[in-house]
Amino acid sequence: MRADPADYRLVSPGSLQGVLSLLAAEPAQWLPIAGGTDVMVLYSAGKLANRNLIDIWNIPELRQIEVFPDRISIGAASTYTAVRNHNVVAREFPLLATAASWTGGIANQNRGTLGGNIANASPAADSLPALLIYDAVLTLISVRGERRVPYRTFHTGYKQTILAADELILNISLPRRFSKYFSHARKVGARNAQAISKVYLAALGQVANGAIRDVRLALGSVAPVPLRLNGTEKMLTGKEIAPSLIDAARKSVLKEIRPIDDIRSTARYRSAVACNLVTEFLAKLAAEGATA
Amino acid sequence: MTVRHIVGASVPRKEGWDKVTGAARYVDDMVLPGMLHGATVRSTIGRGKIKQIHFGPGVDWNEYVVVSAKDIPGKNCISLILDDQPCLASEFVNHPEEPILLLAHPDRPKLRKAVEAVSIEYDPLPALHTIEESERQSTIIWGSDNTFKTFLVEKGDVDAVWKEAAHIVEGEYLTGAQEQLYIENNGVIAAFGPKSGVTVWGSLQCPYYVHKALMTLFALPEEKVRVVQMETGGAFGGKEEYPSMIAGHAALLAMKSGRPVKIVYDRMEDMAATTKRHPSRTRHRTAVDRHGRILGGEIEFTIDGGAYATLSSVVLSRGTIHAGGPYYWPNVRIRTKAVATNTPPHGAFRGFGAPQSLFAMERHMDRIAQVVGISPVEVRRRNFLKSGQTTTTEQTIKENIDLDRLLKRALELSDYAAKKKRFAEKNKAGTHRKGIGIAAFLHGAGFTGSGERYLNSLVGAEAGADGTVRVLVSSAEFGQGTNTVLCQIAAEALGLPYENVSIAQPDTTVVPNSGPTVASRTAMIVGKLVQSAARGIKETLTKTGLLHDDYSPEQFCAGCKEYIATHGALKSYARYQAPPDVYWDDEKYRGEAYAAFAWAVYVAEVTVDLTTYSVTVDDFVALQEVGRVLHPVLAEGQITGGVAQAIGFALYENVVWQDGRMMNNQMTNYIMPASMDLPPIRVFFEENGNVHGAHGAKGIGELPMDGPAPAIVNAVEDATGVRFCSIPLLPEDLFETVRPEFNEQVVFPLARGTS
Repeated sequence: MRADPADYRLVSPGSLQGVLSLLAAEPAQWLPIAGGTDVMVLYSAGKLANRNLIDIWNIPELRQIEVFPDRISIGAASTYTAVRNHNVVAREFPLLATAASWTGGIANQNRGTLGGNIANASPAADSLPALLIYDAVLTLISVRGERRVPYRTFHTGYKQTILAADELILNISLPRRFSKYFSHARKVGARNAQAISKVYLAALGQVANGAIRDVRLALGSVAPVPLRLNGTEKMLTGKEIAPSLIDAARKSVLKEIRPIDDIRSTARYRSAVACNLVTEFLAKLAAEGATA
Repeated sequence: MTVRHIVGASVPRKEGWDKVTGAARYVDDMVLPGMLHGATVRSTIGRGKIKQIHFGPGVDWNEYVVVSAKDIPGKNCISLILDDQPCLASEFVNHPEEPILLLAHPDRPKLRKAVEAVSIEYDPLPALHTIEESERQSTIIWGSDNTFKTFLVEKGDVDAVWKEAAHIVEGEYLTGAQEQLYIENNGVIAAFGPKSGVTVWGSLQCPYYVHKALMTLFALPEEKVRVVQMETGGAFGGKEEYPSMIAGHAALLAMKSGRPVKIVYDRMEDMAATTKRHPSRTRHRTAVDRHGRILGGEIEFTIDGGAYATLSSVVLSRGTIHAGGPYYWPNVRIRTKAVATNTPPHGAFRGFGAPQSLFAMERHMDRIAQVVGISPVEVRRRNFLKSGQTTTTEQTIKENIDLDRLLKRALELSDYAAKKKRFAEKNKAGTHRKGIGIAAFLHGAGFTGSGERYLNSLVGAEAGADGTVRVLVSSAEFGQGTNTVLCQIAAEALGLPYENVSIAQPDTTVVPNSGPTVASRTAMIVGKLVQSAARGIKETLTKTGLLHDDYSPEQFCAGCKEYIATHGALKSYARYQAPPDVYWDDEKYRGEAYAAFAWAVYVAEVTVDLTTYSVTVDDFVALQEVGRVLHPVLAEGQITGGVAQAIGFALYENVVWQDGRMMNNQMTNYIMPASMDLPPIRVFFEENGNVHGAHGAKGIGELPMDGPAPAIVNAVEDATGVRFCSIPLLPEDLFETVRPEFNEQVVFPLARGTS
């Protein structure tokens, strides 16, 4: 442990109003902490710059998962365990349930939260590609009120988001219209569990009359932000899956991603594997997607 | 005799209950009155002259005890072999993370800020970071030629074999650094008194190594230095030499402050600053006949020792002797050296040089097979050492070994032939490639050559008036089973129940020097001495007429009680005696290198995923001849754990270096395999006995580290047809080698009607 606890302040207002008031009164002074699975790693390494922590673990409004006829609303402080065990998530949003089950170990899943994963804004976060392709909508809340924003607009750069200094993510809403899609995810980490992703793919597709009716692709760890492959999706839509199309898709993927060399892998490797994962998905979609 | 067959039975671990219930006391559980915490200020550059040390603002330096090299009462070195490594750098630094200053404070978190507030100005000097840079000698960083040690082994006439050769096979093989990753980081507590001298409690393997180092550092006689081993949470060699450093640091702070001082590293400091496995490079040039029989060859084995000599010469020695593998070389020349670089010194790690040179040998055997056009199985069969033949150091194999039979059994256990056929068929299509690889190897037990003679180990046993017996050794328990196995041996020798025998906590004021807990020597060498010492107790009682040949534990107890009432204590000691027929020439590196070798054949089955370029080990067969298994559960555990650690060495564990500093010194970025990455590890033993070991035991601790890496990489080549000569073999390496054009597409089978 390299941090001195005496240097840090942790407050726990215990109510949503209490948290929001403090965030408004002292803007940009407080770092909300829910499960702490990222914050505590920085703290332990002596690298947590923000000295004032505000506890949002015990706010009931943030932990509700509500099911409506047309959508599911997941409280931002819902743990990975709560998310993966929820029957509607497991049935209709398997890519999110899978991502939750692949994040960290059991202890991380019991503490780590979906909203924390979003706010922490790591491009390597495993749940974010799934949220991109499920058209997630975030409700952000502050003393000024609530606003609803499409999740795809949330990340503006590496670890940069549109979240205002006085705002919290209240919940994540997913429209219930993807249960008929063929879905596929693949995490490529340095080992089979408890590893940060080198490349992550979440994908959805529908095939009708031999052609791709709709396809949704999102990658993690290949750009400064979790990346939806809009250009590749557009290029694929309406086409029949054939080797020439897969070739074209690979070229398109390479144009959209911006991977880097870092301590975990290389840009060249990430590029190749990103293409391979999309290829693998398209092959599976061709083989199994028509019946999904 | 009421109890039989304690040896060979899986009795409960002596310290198992305490570990499972949390009662076991590790050094960080221990608090002494008035104790301070210590921390280390380390160099931030690879090499340079220290110009000035600034104690920055924002810290009340009056609260801190500060120690520099000037405070050392004795010699400023970590006494081991060459005494070249300073305890604290005073004028020059030779690697990143080299200790320069020590700080102590009652409040642990306050230390980190103080460490960061110290800034050191250097005049940088050119630094070397690889074997090749060191060999080029563009700058000299150690001695006159950057070389810590060289060995030359010569047998027969190598220069004559090249013209007879049907094939000359060459290859270069590389292995990387590896972190020991014991669960408990390095840590000690030290106390100092003007009368009592230095006392250290620590997490360590070799109490008397620390004892010797502290005597030199403090210029104190042996009775003024006391070293106690606390429960130790893993070591793997990583607590062989390094504890002398951290013990010296804590003791210097304790002396200056007059208070006990605890230093416990966190994971980041432990990974960045302490020892790792030596990176290596091996070059083979081998002459073979048209049947693939080795006529002779040259082997060059070079290891990167880091900035100071430490244990590199002995690591090199073991690597040298194992370089020829379990094969018969009529002619061979082995040239080896340990070179200096400006990285933290590399050190002891399970296998100690042998995993490095055996990786090269076993990859090279597959290469020879390819060149000659025979199978990996056949090339080994045709070259195996046989009883009566001599090793590369001309040690005659006296034991009755049959490596052919061992190989045959390993192939059967792994279903090798059928799998080989099946994989060749399956690999014609799809996105996965399967392969199977073998490695045959040996591992010498005990210290090399004359090492055991120099160690001159002493072991004791003491009986109590209650009829219990306590084993007195400095051999440490750190998870591998020392306590249990030595107590089994003593109980068996005395015909007592296992429960009636205990083992003393290693404390240099209580236990004799039974040598360091290293080199797979504990069960074989120390075990045999424990047996003798225990028998000595029995003999004392029988000679004095207090015990008859066939006795019960109660009669033994009565005898002890009476003897102790008369004589005060009942102790027996046994000292190592070298076998009379063992000959070793340190100059020519020739003769009986080890009293016994364990022999093994391992088979690895892998899948290479061409989508992610990752390798998964699917099945692993570990078959070994180990003399005698003293405790089946512990023995199997040793092999399973060693194979897992070696899978890490082969496929996962990559130290990312930058200017001699480890950059991924966190467990999130230094990847060791976890349970989901490991195959079923199927462990099998053969037991041929061994005249030099207790009950016929040989060493097993290091053996499983040697074979998995070459078996796995041989399997990867079998799967992909691509030759890999460097480990760790990461997906990124596989990708670059298998597919240099990264956008070349993997061909997936498309469903009918869509293409």
